[in-house]
Formats: sequence, structure tokens, C-alpha cells
Amino acid sequence: MKQEISFILNGEETKAEVEPHWTLLHLLREVIGLKGTKEGCGYGECGACTVIIDGKAVNSCIFPAVEAEGRRVTTIEGLLSKDGSLHPLQKAFIERGAVQCGFCSPGMIMSACALLAENAQPTEEEIKEGIEGNLCRCTGYVQIIEAIKAASGR
Amino acid sequence: MELTAVGKRIPKKDAPAKVTGSAVYIQDLVLPGMLYGKILYSRYPHARIKSIDTSRAEKLPGVRAVLTGATIPPFKFGVYKDNPPLKKDKVCSIRDEVAAVAATDPETAEEALDLITVKYEELPGLFDPIEAMKEGAPLIHEDHVGGKEKKPTNVLNMPWRLITGDVEAAKKEAAFVVQGSYATQWVTHCCLGTSGCIAELDTSNNLTMYSNTQIPYLAQRDFIDALGAFGMKGRRARIVQSVIGGGFGSKLDTYAYEYIAILLAMAVRRPVKIVFTREEEFLATSPRQCTITRISHGCGKDGRLLFREMEMILDNGAYTSWGATTPSVMMLPISSLYKVPNVKYTAKCVYTNNTYSQAMRGYGNPQATFAIESSIEELAEAAGFDPYEFRLINANEPGELTPQKFMITTCGMKECMSEVKKRLGWGGKRREKAGRGFGMASLVHVGGGARVYKSDGCGTIIKVDDYGKVDVFTGSSDIGEGSETIIAQIVAEVLSVPTDDVNVINNDTDVCPWDVGVHASRTTFVAGNSALGAAMKIKEQILEAAGQALSEDPSGLELSRGLIWARHDKEKNIAFGKVLRNIHYMSGGKMLMAEYFYDPPNENFDREFKGNLSVTYAYGAHGVEVEVDKETGRVKIINYVAAHDVGKAINPMLLEGQISGGGVMGLGYALSEKMDFRNGRLMNANYLDYKLLTAKDIPPMQAVIVETDEKDGPFGAKGIGEPGLVPTAPAIANAIYDAVGVRIKDLPITPEKVLAALKAKEKEGGPA
Repeated sequence: MKQEISFILNGEETKAEVEPHWTLLHLLREVIGLKGTKEGCGYGECGACTVIIDGKAVNSCIFPAVEAEGRRVTTIEGLLSKDGSLHPLQKAFIERGAVQCGFCSPGMIMSACALLAENAQPTEEEIKEGIEGNLCRCTGYVQIIEAIKAASGR
Repeated sequence: MELTAVGKRIPKKDAPAKVTGSAVYIQDLVLPGMLYGKILYSRYPHARIKSIDTSRAEKLPGVRAVLTGATIPPFKFGVYKDNPPLKKDKVCSIRDEVAAVAATDPETAEEALDLITVKYEELPGLFDPIEAMKEGAPLIHEDHVGGKEKKPTNVLNMPWRLITGDVEAAKKEAAFVVQGSYATQWVTHCCLGTSGCIAELDTSNNLTMYSNTQIPYLAQRDFIDALGAFGMKGRRARIVQSVIGGGFGSKLDTYAYEYIAILLAMAVRRPVKIVFTREEEFLATSPRQCTITRISHGCGKDGRLLFREMEMILDNGAYTSWGATTPSVMMLPISSLYKVPNVKYTAKCVYTNNTYSQAMRGYGNPQATFAIESSIEELAEAAGFDPYEFRLINANEPGELTPQKFMITTCGMKECMSEVKKRLGWGGKRREKAGRGFGMASLVHVGGGARVYKSDGCGTIIKVDDYGKVDVFTGSSDIGEGSETIIAQIVAEVLSVPTDDVNVINNDTDVCPWDVGVHASRTTFVAGNSALGAAMKIKEQILEAAGQALSEDPSGLELSRGLIWARHDKEKNIAFGKVLRNIHYMSGGKMLMAEYFYDPPNENFDREFKGNLSVTYAYGAHGVEVEVDKETGRVKIINYVAAHDVGKAINPMLLEGQISGGGVMGLGYALSEKMDFRNGRLMNANYLDYKLLTAKDIPPMQAVIVETDEKDGPFGAKGIGEPGLVPTAPAIANAIYDAVGVRIKDLPITPEKVLAALKAKEKEGGPA
């Protein structure tokens, strides 16, 4: 039985009819059509599906869509400014070579974004902890960590 | 002349799309009317299929087609053509495809799989290549024969044998000899984007395959063959690549799921998409095989290597893909890592009921180098040399013709070794630091293409529009490493335009010229040279036209930053765009276009597996400092340095990404990763249990670029895609030995193995 939920998606009031077994990832990608959030594993291990819910980085592939009710959800598409300019983290990822195949990038950036919102000047260890749940097979994380450092101004 | 685009840390051209989530991967692509395919895999690793009942699945609302081996035309793929897309009579591994469904949504397709009943008669399985080699072992493919008598056998009829010099004579001459056995494990690519495709047939049965393949043109050939077998002979196959979520060799061959998608599309006359789940990605893509190696090494009193003898057994798994040919590349380090005049190498690839093996970054080189570089260290110790000095005595040098007939042009091996030593703060001796260990290992890999196929070529077409914007159509594919950007930089350099003005089209076989594929670290070298050749032709045409406009000889003209001017008089000039428009709009005008096909002057191996496989070779050395916890066996990496001879860094930032990405993949190979097969079943088909490294596991890593200016490379560059992970495992094994005196000879080097070795050593006498 579908249930109507309303939540704030990337700053906009959003209503959706959701099945109880849907994940937030399914709602975002398959129903709303925001394909920027990726599914890398589907069971909460790789972090490619990371979105920010009320300030916290969350694996949307294991987050029930109905639980989004009343919450504020930000996806990678929500990081762009209204004028289309990039978020400082997105710029840093581009400029520091933190992107290779790019499949982990949206989730990685969302985790980094939640980290910097909580801790504007994280140490290297704190950065590593902040993105520990986001797997990357291409970069070896080195340039990703540098990019997050650069975006934090450290 | 000062370079303006080449050598610069230019961000990847595709990065903005990737960081904003707008890049379209196969997962994101939806075609009108598209259906979703799912595959039913075998329940047993080795069994006869007695019957398959699909009637209940067919009745499920939303199901549009159900296929089994009995309902599809006969067709087999793979290196030995031993693999049918759907198995009919027998399954040989747990990943064998037995039925497939197309439905209106993935959930319905999945539900339909549960409604298919397959009756099996289980057969005894072979999960160890040594067991499979034994006389009287059950046969995995009854019709496969080998040896002189052409007897049925599980040993692949592909005798790998390389002989140089006289190993037996060298053994007698050697003052010091060591021997050992080494083992490596199954590991898999773990691309973050899983495999997938969409097959679409038009009304004339021409196929368009939306794919994330690394080999669009070889896949095209495979699919044309398949269309023929499926009753659609003479039809076209077009490959359109979506953005590829990682490759590392996993997409170097075509897979059953792709043929199944074509067969389903034929059955339903609509596009059919198959995208793997993560579990399927672990289970049904083809990984790096495990190996068992016996190695023997000898040197003279002066420390010079006299011989190297290696025997290897490779678990090929149930079907043949490129994994069966990895001994060809293993031969490269075996014959030519360090100067060694006498070499004997034999290898057997063996059918088992495990998953089947494919290419993975390094293509056999990591397995071979693990044994070689571990054994070198043992030999150095036996002969009484410091490990660094021993390597230096035997290091390769420019101008060398190795026994396998590789012509070593440039060679930065010694420079790489020296960088590693310096940056680690290591004196190059044993047991320098109490409680810590230093270790190093070197590598050689192909750096100027690799002629493993009839052609090692790549084509490029360039067109320039009226406004000076450049479109480059290249056959090469970008799997994330950044070849798109490298190609743009090369073209931008030649035409003296901003890299942003160069657009690279690299994903459509209908549009782009041929390329053999993104493999063998060849794209910068081969596709780069191809782009360079095409850009030079464009430049020639521009100077010709500018010469006419300025009444100057083209040879006296310079092109720089949008302007063409006479060398003798800078005032005599014309804007780039104006020349282009002149050419276009003059009477009998033309569009500025050029094509160039570059096939490197390298050689296929001869019958003895000798020949100059690559135009140039890439060298490198990795060094590591470790601390080993004697209570737990845990190895902590204190510092890691990876130095690579790259010829010339076209883009140092992307290059460092290849080195550190490779290095961390190598760390996983050395310390944690393992596909845990038990009786043919994969027990850890998920990231957590597979132990893929996370950001928290990353030690301080330095990527060091050594430039040797390779004369045949584009702007001096060599290939660098694979080498980053090749010497990691032996460097770590050597450092552990240096720290605590135990040598781990089978990967991964887990704390359990280190602890067991420490205990065994203690038992033998004296504390470690």
C-alpha cells in the first residue's frame, strides 16, 4: 500500500507516494529521476549512494523511503548553487584529481560535505574517518583526501 | 619550445560531469520500451542438468521471455570457444548461467527466476588445479584434449614454455642458489560501477549494444559472430559506451550476460537491460587467478644473476577467457626483470570447477613479480649482499637486448630505486632500524603498447570547425584513468589551442575509428601517438592555408595561441579562425579534417615466445617501511614510496592518481584481499568480507615520477596504467622479513600467517 510522504529535497518541498519496501535510493533514482546518487552495492557497504539527511551522511540504499517524511534530504544535485556554480568540494575534487571513474564521487562528496558541515577543519585522520564508509577502487583515496583538505582550507 | 598543455596538471575533462552526478553510467541509462533481464545461475559447481521447468515463470505477469540453453541457438564464446551463454547439459561452475528472464521491471524478473525449477545431478567437483591435473581426475570439458597424444585432459592445451640460454649449465656455474614456492590468491577488480549492458535490435536486426566494455571493437567482432550464430548473419553491431565505472581488465572480454541480453532482445523485440548486482559482480565477472609457483634463482660470487627457473600452475577455472593467456605477460618480468642470461619458464593453466579467470591490471605480472622479487631478496642474503646493492648489480640498463628479445630503449630502473631509497630514509642495508623493516621491489612492464593481437593500433580522426574548436574522434576508451584528457592535451599542444577547446569523442564504434582496446597500459602511448599524428596533419594543412593567405612558405610559419605568423616578421600574421574559415568558404572549399592510424612498431612473439612485444618498457621500484606487531601479527605500513619511469608525464596529476591508485590496489593484494572459494562456492561476495581497503587503511604514500624521455612516445611518454600495483606485495613481504625475520610466501599476508610464521620460527630456535 502506497503512502504519501512529504519532505524537503534539495531545498524544495517534495511530495511522493511510496511503497513501504522502497529505499530512499529507489525513490530518488527510479521515481523522482535524480540519477546522480549511485548504487554501488545495495547493502550499505560502499557509500556510493550517500545523501545527507538532516545534516548526517546516510546510505540511501538501506534507508526506507517512508522514513524521509518531514526530513531535509540533500543529494549531489542539491550541491550546485542556483546559478549552476559548483560547491567548493566539487571544485576541489576536480582540481586535485580526486575523480577517476567517478562512480564513487557523488557519494564521496556528500560524505565529505557532511563532515565539513560538522567539522570545518578536520585533521587528516578525521577526514579518513569521515569517508571510511565510502569505497573507491581507482584513486587509492590519496587525492580524495587532498581534495577534502583543500576544500576545508587546511 | 615551452610546452603549454603537455606536462601540466590539467583537471580531467569529464570530472565536472562526474562530481555533479550528471555523468551517465549504464546504471543510469533508460531507453523507451526497455525491459529488464535477470540471470539464473547454477546451484552446483559441477552437475548435469536433468531438466528445467520454466512454465511457472512464464505465467508470471510482467514476464516477457524466458530462455534456457535448450531454447537458444548453439553458440559458444571464449578463447577456446568453450562457453555457451546458457548451459544446456552440464554446469561447470557456480556462476554458470542456466536460464534468463526479461520482464517489465527488475523485481518481476527476479521473482520469475525463483519460479524456475532446475533438476541437477551433482558431479564430483575439482577445485584445486593440482587435483585436476591428476591422472583419472574427472573431466570438466570432456571434449578438451591436449598433449602429444591428444588425450582428454583438464590441462589447457596451451603449453607455455620460454627458454633462454642454458639453465642447467648455469646451475653448475652458480655459487649461490635459492629456491622457493610461492602462492597467490584469487582477487577481483571491485569496480564501483557494476557490469551491465542494454541490447537493442532495429527492425533489420542490426544491434546497438550500450556497454561499458574496455574493448569496443573486439566486442563488436564477438557480437557480429554471435548475431551470425543467432540467425542474423551479415548484420551490423554498434557499441556505444556509457561512462564506465571502473575497468581494471574486468571488461576486457565479452561475457555471457551480454549474449543473453542480445538473445532476450531478439525474443522480445525491445531493448533489454542487464545490470549486475554487487553480488553478481563478485560472482559472475572474471577475476585474477590464483597461482602456484616454484622458483629457483642463482648467482655468481660477484652477485650477478646467472639463471632463473620458474614453474607455474594457474587455476584457469571452468572456461577460457584472457586469464588463460596471462603467462605471456608473466614472461616479461621472468625473462627481463634484472639482467638474467639463462631463463626457463613453464606454465600450465588448468580447468577447475572454480570461477574462470580474466585479465586484471598487470595481467599476470603481479603474480610473477611476487615470486621473483621475494626470491631475489633470499638470493641476495644467501650471497651476502645488501638487498639494494644486489639489485643495483643486476639492474637493467638502457640499450639492453634482453634474452627474450626485448629492446630496452630508455630505462629509469636505477633512478627509481635510488628515489625509493632516498625518500624512505633507508641506507639499503638489512635490519637498519630496530623494530622496523624496510623492503623494496622493482618492476618491468610494457610501456609502448603490447602486440598481443594482430594489430596494436589505434585510429584518430580530427575535425576543426570555423571557430577553432577541435573534435577528436579516437578509438581508445576512457575507463576513468583519464585518456580523454591526455589526448586533448596532446592535440591542444600541437595546435596551440586551450585544452578546453578540444572535445574528445571516444565511445561509439559507428563514429570512431578502430582501436584494440584499453589494456596493456597502452592508451597514452598508442592512442596518444595516433592523436599526435592526426594533429600534425591538421597543423600542416593550417600552415599550408596560412602560407597562401600570407604569401609565405609554410615552413617559415609558426602557430601559437590562435595566431599564425611568419618567423621572420611577426607582423605578418593571420588568426587561426580566419584561416579555418578561408579554407571552408573559398571556392571549392573543404572542412579541415585529418585521420591517422598508429600501429606501433612492436612485434608479436615468435613460436619460442620471443620478440619485441612493446616499443618501450616501463620500469619502477616501490619501497616500504613497516612495523610488525609480534603479539598480533599485524603489519603496519609506516611509509610507502612508489617511483615510476614514465618517460614523460603528460599530466603529472593524473599520473600520480594512477600510481597511488595502483599502489593501494597492490596493498590490498598484499595484505587483505582474497576471494574465498570453498568447494567452488564464493563465501565472501561482498565488500566487507572481501576486505577492500578503506580510506582508514591508507598509509602515507609518495608517488615519484622519473622522466626518461622515451623517443618513440608521444612527447616522450610511456604507459603507466598497470605498473602501480606490480611490485607492492613483494616489497611488503621483503619489509616484513627485514622487520621480524619471517618470509610469507603466500598472499595475502594476513596477521594469522605472520603470527603462525613467528611462532614456527620461535619453535625452530631462538626468539624472532
